[in-house]
Amino acid sequence: MDYVRKVAAIIEKDIAAELHTREMISAMLVFSALATLIFSFALDLRGELAEAAAPGVLWSTIAFAGTLGLSRSMAREKETGCIDGLLLAPVDRTAIFFGKAVGNLLFMSVVEVALLPLFSVLFDVGLMRARILVVLVLGTVGYAAVGTLLAAIAVNTRAREVMLPVLLLPLAVPVLIAAVRATGALLEGAALSQAAGWIRILVVYDLVIVAVSLLTFGYVVEE
Amino acid sequence: MKRDKDNQRPTNDLIGLLLAGASGVLIITALGMVFLYAPRELTMGDVQRIFYFHVASAWVGFFGFFVTFLAGVVYLTEGGRRWDILGLSSVEVGLTFIIMTVVTGMLWARPVWGTYWTWEPRLTISAVQLLIYVAYAMLRGSIEGAEREARFAAVYGIVAFVTVPLSWFAIRWWRTIHPDILTGGEGMAVTPRMIQTLIVSILAFTALYGTLLRQRIRLECSRDRFTRLRLQLERKLSAY
Repeated sequence: MDYVRKVAAIIEKDIAAELHTREMISAMLVFSALATLIFSFALDLRGELAEAAAPGVLWSTIAFAGTLGLSRSMAREKETGCIDGLLLAPVDRTAIFFGKAVGNLLFMSVVEVALLPLFSVLFDVGLMRARILVVLVLGTVGYAAVGTLLAAIAVNTRAREVMLPVLLLPLAVPVLIAAVRATGALLEGAALSQAAGWIRILVVYDLVIVAVSLLTFGYVVEE
Repeated sequence: MKRDKDNQRPTNDLIGLLLAGASGVLIITALGMVFLYAPRELTMGDVQRIFYFHVASAWVGFFGFFVTFLAGVVYLTEGGRRWDILGLSSVEVGLTFIIMTVVTGMLWARPVWGTYWTWEPRLTISAVQLLIYVAYAMLRGSIEGAEREARFAAVYGIVAFVTVPLSWFAIRWWRTIHPDILTGGEGMAVTPRMIQTLIVSILAFTALYGTLLRQRIRLECSRDRFTRLRLQLERKLSAY
């Protein structure tokens, strides 16, 4: 219970900081809108093409917007010296990881919640379904978890913001493929069970990545 | 005195020489078998002979990554500069082989499938692997401090490695048109001579991996020694 309270405190801190500055979510939202615009210019998304391309465009937007938020979230820890404070506090390293990862998950979810209606309106595709939400959550959990771990690494490199996408995207390949395929299948009206294979990949990815991150996060933040 | 022992000039490397000799002999044997011993494939013709080196380099590329994963685990649990050196050397050598896999795959795909690049699972996973290797190398290049570099690289090597099987499943479900060689299937008729040639090629490439790995490790050790000697020299000079 004590552990959960510590995790919650870290999440609370991130939310408070975000409500105060609003720099992360607003950047992610504007970026997502711009990315959507650029995709629709580049691919001329109308009619059947829009339906076929929507899952890919959605997840590409989420992935790229995600890297913005993830690197910002860690850079803020570093700039304000907050991470040093967290490390000094009598808190388990895994609690710090959970706190940061859940915070990132929340911020990405906010962006997704805004993206879904936007996509539904702009491209006339029915993304607003409960089944698609399941895929969205599962995909974002894995992406935010591996992203949090790698952002903690990237923030300590010379290139920082440039480094995170280079490290993260090749490792996110399974999430992106599975999430795009599952979203596509559900969009075509398939039942959840028909996308079970893809969903299983997402679940396994989430579990494996969270486990590995918990084991290795301590080595990333210690100095 | 330990410091003096560390700074000794490296002696002649007998194991390295043996490895190099073994790789030389095995590679010549493999070349001979590929061109003279293995039969001409029925549908694909002589182009198929690239297969032996393609598969062998793919195997070594993945094996190299596995070695980096293990070295990372040992480094994090026990520490020790040598595990870090092993991990970084294995990635660099593996990178060479994975590039070779992708290039030979493309050369093979052109006459057989009529295009240099198809999003075929095994070719795609090799490309993903290639990008991970490149990211690993870039990461190492942009971190200050040797200890921190080693720690981060070990973590990245571990996380990257565990995503590979999942990438493999995801890509495989996504696309499947590769000739399924060892399980028969469509694609290629396999004869025992082909299997023998493949095994010798894999042995040859594994020996070559060992040779290159050993030389890369020695290079890194020489660098460490150079750094230590320079520090000592600077200390002596500043004492005057």
